[in-house]
Amino acid sequence: MSRSRPEPVQIVKQRRDDALAALVARVPYIQYLGVSFDRRGDELTGVLGFQDKLIGNPLLPAIHGGVTAAFLEITSVITLSWTSQWDALEAGDPEGDAPQMRLPKTIDFTVDYLRSGLPRDAYARARITRAGRRYASVHVEGWQDNRSKLFAQATGHFLMPQPRRPDDQ
Amino acid sequence: MADETAKRAAKQAQMARQFMEAIPHARDLGMVLTELDAGVATITMPYDERLIGDPDTGVMHGGAVSALMDSCCGAAVMCHPSNPGGTATIDLRIDYMRAATPGQGLSTTATCYHITRSVAFVRATACDEDTGNPVAMATGTFTVEGTR
Repeated sequence: MSRSRPEPVQIVKQRRDDALAALVARVPYIQYLGVSFDRRGDELTGVLGFQDKLIGNPLLPAIHGGVTAAFLEITSVITLSWTSQWDALEAGDPEGDAPQMRLPKTIDFTVDYLRSGLPRDAYARARITRAGRRYASVHVEGWQDNRSKLFAQATGHFLMPQPRRPDDQ
Repeated sequence: MADETAKRAAKQAQMARQFMEAIPHARDLGMVLTELDAGVATITMPYDERLIGDPDTGVMHGGAVSALMDSCCGAAVMCHPSNPGGTATIDLRIDYMRAATPGQGLSTTATCYHITRSVAFVRATACDEDTGNPVAMATGTFTVEGTR
């Protein structure tokens, strides 16, 4: 059996980075908060760059709890969407149809606030604990300076976008 | 005695109102505290294109609803007569019941329905203009600061 020659690394990287950028660029709220994503292979890390407008407690100061929740939710939704389009992307599906991709809908989201969010950058990684055809369950962890000292964690349930049936417009 | 209680409640309410207005993130989202009364708070937030989560429909992102819910629950805790000071979120769960109607602002009312020396328990509901049909509901626990 012969195996086709692997694609050059730049082409593979470019395709993955383009698909991820297209996914993130579509959502205005992600731009508003200033969340970006680092990618290593298929693993994503959400990055929340600190800005003064994110402060919720000016006395400490600390990041707003709603911002922390939003950041963890964004990381969950993008990770879910990214994971579900990965196979098509790797199979060489051009652009992984990211512009048409509908995002999963949040059913519920529970945030555990472990420490106050300091006025600096924050990071988050989501783990899909179960990805069904209709529902998905995600656990996500957020940290700042120290990976082992989480400032928040969350679990959420999501309704997955259903593939359009051929008779749909 | 009743006078003292009323005075204290008024002072707390004023404190909480000033604090809310000093929150950069709440200000940036255009949140307005419209009601504050002994453990109950109402905050409104206008529709804003920056907050869109679904570009196909223009529906607001759940994260913006989280910010509104968290602020409102915190305000309800701070204005509870048994709370001597500030508060911080311990845990907050939000159920997203339906998509908020694009173009409409949101209004959230939170109630601090139980408070102990160290923990405050809060429930909140968020609605758009269809007030009989909530967009989201939240349940949370908050710290009670200033007592040991």
